[in-house]
Order: sequence, then C-alpha cells, then structure tokens
Amino acid sequence: MSGAEKIAVRVSDIIPLTDLVTRFEFKPINGELLPTFSGGAHTVVEMQDGDTIRRNPYSLMSDPFDQSTYTISVRRDDEGRGGSLFMHTQVSVGDEMTISNPVNLFSLDLRARKHLMIAGGIGITPFLAQIKQLDRAHANWELHYASRNAALGSYVSELTTQHPNDVNIYYDEEKQAIDLDNLLEGQPLGTHLYVCGPKGMINWVRGTADRLGWASEVVHYEEFLAPQPGERFQVELAISNKMIYVGENESLLEAIEAAGVDAPYLCRGGACGQCETNVVSFDGEFLHSDHWLDDDEKASGEKIMPCVSRFNGKTLVLER
Amino acid sequence: MNIKFNDETFRDDYTFHNSDWAIQRFPFPFHEDHYMYAVNMEQHRGGPEGSVYEKRFDVDEHYVAEMRDRAMVLADDPLRCQSLPHMELAGWDLLELIMVSKSEDYPDLFELHRNGDHWRWVNKPLGIDDSFTFMDETTLPYGPMEYITRQTQGDFALLDQREENLWMDAGIVTTQADWSLDFDIGMNFFEWHAPVPLAHEKGIFVRALKFLLNVQQGAPGRRLNWTMTVNPLLDTSPENYHKWGIQKSSLTPDNVGQKQYLRVELQTFFRLPRSNGLVFPIRCYLISLEDIVTIPKWGRRLHRVIRDLPVELATYKGFIDNRPMILDYLSKFDDGSETSPGVWPDPQLEKG
Repeated sequence: MSGAEKIAVRVSDIIPLTDLVTRFEFKPINGELLPTFSGGAHTVVEMQDGDTIRRNPYSLMSDPFDQSTYTISVRRDDEGRGGSLFMHTQVSVGDEMTISNPVNLFSLDLRARKHLMIAGGIGITPFLAQIKQLDRAHANWELHYASRNAALGSYVSELTTQHPNDVNIYYDEEKQAIDLDNLLEGQPLGTHLYVCGPKGMINWVRGTADRLGWASEVVHYEEFLAPQPGERFQVELAISNKMIYVGENESLLEAIEAAGVDAPYLCRGGACGQCETNVVSFDGEFLHSDHWLDDDEKASGEKIMPCVSRFNGKTLVLER
Repeated sequence: MNIKFNDETFRDDYTFHNSDWAIQRFPFPFHEDHYMYAVNMEQHRGGPEGSVYEKRFDVDEHYVAEMRDRAMVLADDPLRCQSLPHMELAGWDLLELIMVSKSEDYPDLFELHRNGDHWRWVNKPLGIDDSFTFMDETTLPYGPMEYITRQTQGDFALLDQREENLWMDAGIVTTQADWSLDFDIGMNFFEWHAPVPLAHEKGIFVRALKFLLNVQQGAPGRRLNWTMTVNPLLDTSPENYHKWGIQKSSLTPDNVGQKQYLRVELQTFFRLPRSNGLVFPIRCYLISLEDIVTIPKWGRRLHRVIRDLPVELATYKGFIDNRPMILDYLSKFDDGSETSPGVWPDPQLEKG
C-alpha cells in the first residue's frame, strides 16, 4: 500500500556546509544502480530514533542522471520534532539507512521556453537538481536565490562559480531584496516561474505573479510542511480495531505506522493527498495543517491528512 | 523460454491464429458472470509463471507478425506516431524502460550493452543490432519512442503530468479499439475519455486520475479492458473505419465462431523517472469465440456477460447489432452450470 520497494543505502559522506545545513551523500548497499529521477524529486529518509521510526522528505539535489550517489541537504531545526536533529547528531559516515524511491511533486514543465527560479534558504535544494537537468538539455533558466547572510548561503559559491550569468544572490541582512515586480515584468513569453522557500516567500511570489496577470498554470511552488509537535491525543482505528496514542513529537501517520498498520503516503508534508483518511466519528477539534483539503473539507470533519494534521478532544475514530 | 513466432497476418487473408499455449494464457477479463466499469487496477509486479502478467512487457508468438503489421500501418499513415516537442525526454525514458526490461526478462531474445552513454541493442527476433548514443536522437533511425515501439507489441500513450492532470502529448497507436491519437493528441485525461458512457456518472475517471497521478517510480500498475472485433484485425482505427466497419456485417451464424473475436487490452502504467511522465502501454490480445469455448468456464461466462451487458456498453463497444448472433452461438456452450470465481480456467472441475 505504501508504495514501491525501499532502497537500502549507506551514508558515504557528511559535509557540514553552514552553521545550520549539512549535506549527506548516500550510496546503494547492494552494488546496483540507484534509480534516475527528475529534477525537483524528493526521497523519504527513514530514521530509527529510539523506538520511533521517523520518515522525513528531503529534496534530491544531486545530478538526476547520477545513479551512483544521491545527495540531500538537511537544515537543523532546533524547535522541530527531532528528525533533522537526528540527522545532524546521530548519523555517521558508514551508517546503513533506508530511503524511498524518488517522488516528484515539484516537476519542471518541459514545455517552458524559460525556467525562472526563485529560492529562499534551504529551498535551494530542488533547484540544484533541476539546474543539472536543464543544463544537460541546454535549456534556458535563471535563478534568484535569497539567503539570510553569506555564512548561511549554502551552495552560493558553487552556483556563482559555475553559472556566473544565470545566478543572482540576495542577502537579507544586507538589505538586498529581489525586485520581483520588475523581474516578472521583464520575462519573455513562455516563461514558467518556480518558487521554493519559506511560506512567506511563496505567498509573496504567487501573490505578485497573480497581481501581474501570470496564469496559475505557469507558477509552480513547493512547500513542505514539517509536521508540528502538539499535545498527545488518542485515536481509534476502526478497520484495524486498534486504539493508538499520538505522542507530542510524533505525527498521527507515524503513530499509525508504529501500531503496525500500513497506511499510504508519498510526501509526508501535507501536499500530495495520498494519505487522506476518512473520519468515522469525532468529538473535539481538528488541527488541520495540510494544503490538500479545501476549506469545506476541513470544516466537514469527514477527512484528515495524518501526515501533518492533529486533533484535540475526546474521541476520534478513523477509517484505517 | 523458447517462443516459436507465427507467420501470420492481421489483414486481408487473416491467417492470425492462437496456439494452445496462447489460448491457455489468454488474459480472460471477466472474474465473475457479469461486467460493469470499476477502477480495476492492481500492481504490475509479476504474475503467475507463463501468464501474460509475468513480465513487464509480454512477448508472445505474435510478436514478429505484429511488428510487421505496425510497420505497414505507419507506412500508410505516419500520423499514428506523434510526439510533441517537450516529450523527447519521456521517449528516452520509455526506450530505457523497455530495453532494460526486455533484456532482463528475455535474455535469450534481447541484449542491452551499456558503456556510459554508448549503448548497443540486440533484438534477435527482428534481426536488429544497433549501436547508438543515449540521449542523442541523431544516432537512431527514428526518435527514441518510435524506435523502441516499432519493436514492442501494444500501443503506447506517453502522458505528461502537470496541473494535476495527465496530457496525451505523445504516442504510437496502430492496434487500437477505435480511438485516434491524431484526434486525442494534446488532450487531458477527462477530454480523451469524454466519449465513454456511464463511467463519468460513476465517478470512475476522477478516481482513476487520482490513482494515476500518484503512480510511483518502481511501482507500476495494470488493468484490463475489452471489446469485440470481427476478424483478427489489429488496426480498428477511426481513420480506417470505412475499411473495417463494413466487415461487421459479414458475420453469419455459420462463421461467427471463427470470425468474431474477443479483444482484450492489457493496460499497464509506469512512472517515467527522468521526465516524471507516465507511460500507458495498451497491449491487445485477440481470441476467436471458437477458441474461447475450448475453455468451458470461459464459454459459459462470456455468454452470460454478453447477454446481460447494458445496451449503452454494447453500443459503445460496437457489437449491439451482432449481439443476438453472438448469443445464439455462445448459448450452445452454456449449460447453466456454476462458474468458479476468478479469471483462471479450472481444469479439475472441467474434465467431465
């Protein structure tokens, strides 16, 4: 139910890049080739954190044609539930880990005459793979990359060295900002716009593009929501006839999996819709955090996305 | 495995025939005694040994003759193969998928030798031994999709995924059940399924699209579809309806067993890794009524399915006028006995 075979890999290199971001490289254990993928794809990394298995999605940033190595970058989140901290503090070179087949929810539109990319912070990673893919096809692209300061600008020197004419860097602390209105006004017909970064940046870029008359079909964005911690709650799984508890630092999906119940998923970030679960009955309040369900569905109390959403109340019974 | 390839035709004198092996492994599509649309998809990851489900791309005794027929259709009508410019990468994806699958699944028939981007492809049944540069179209005699699908049974729809939809942006279609790539090219999933009766009302396509959008790399799927065709004709296209439509009126009570064919499509779908597209191979299997009834369970069941099929579906599938004659023939092979669940023949029950 939860998809294709997993891939067994060994951590072949760990490279700290900035105070917050570390790069991890994986090589296959069985000696076979890793699957190729398309720029913008992510993999879900499984982490055995004590009794809990954490599964976090990370964009693949290596060359999509390179079947010997996958590379991801992990930004340490000291306030999060612990997945990125686990990667930063518990994982060593030589460790064996399990990752998923690549899944792409942020695909290039290959019809585009030009690909205009806007990245904020760690949102740079999917673009690194897309740029390698586009360069191979001799396609036209341009990147605008905003970071807090030079010390936190992962891959800035690599990008500006290799692509001096196509990469533009902005440091927030030096009051450098993307002149978005002018940038969007000056684009040739057939340009597609891509944005990946913090929620505020995505909303700003989408809102500006909309105001300037860009069709929604040519504006692409990827925003992974990290599941947020919250209060412990209890859930009844009607089909499997199990009562489970969702801990403070655990997602509902993780708690379902920990109970030995196979549940479908792809992105684990509230975006793809794969884990949508029917609610049988409830007495309490939903804490919906996904951007899959529309407002009516969220208000209906009939569905929940267990990868990121939580519940507060007396009883919740799910069709799972 | 040793396949003896038939020397046969799918036109004019219609020398197409199924061996006992081909009859036994025919993908009979009805798991119960009646039929209605359903989202009948399952994983395409192997199947019973010798069945058409076992390999990623099934090769059978009709392979060489089918490829000869495809070449003739393309020579008459080049628009049966089209690829919009942004689909070239998906074409390379498909070439890679088929070459890797066939060389692994049928090592005695196909070989793939890779050294970086320098590839050598050996297709023994068709006598092909080509060296080329992967991702360099100028080193192949056709574009990558056309090159490999001239060597692979079944039609192929190459779908681009964007805007939460699938788009028919490339394909090769010469063995189709009355639909046209030239008409459908560039359409989205709902547009190209618009003519299908009843299924829209049942929400089939909304659910099917949702499923297909989430097909993952490494987790292909499959389903069956079916219709009826008079004569073993692969190319039942709208473009050539004036040639084959008239053949439907050539059925008589004496020849219906030989001339009426059940046409089954094994539809598979694979996520394409480099382009994030989806490929939808549609493989056609044909079997005459007189060959079907050699499997008693299939004869009984087909009679009941055809008899009880809603008029809309019999009309859409194009055999409403011939249904009485087909039923007269099949009824002789339906003694009213119970049939076992599932599609497979049951030899032990059927000895008597």
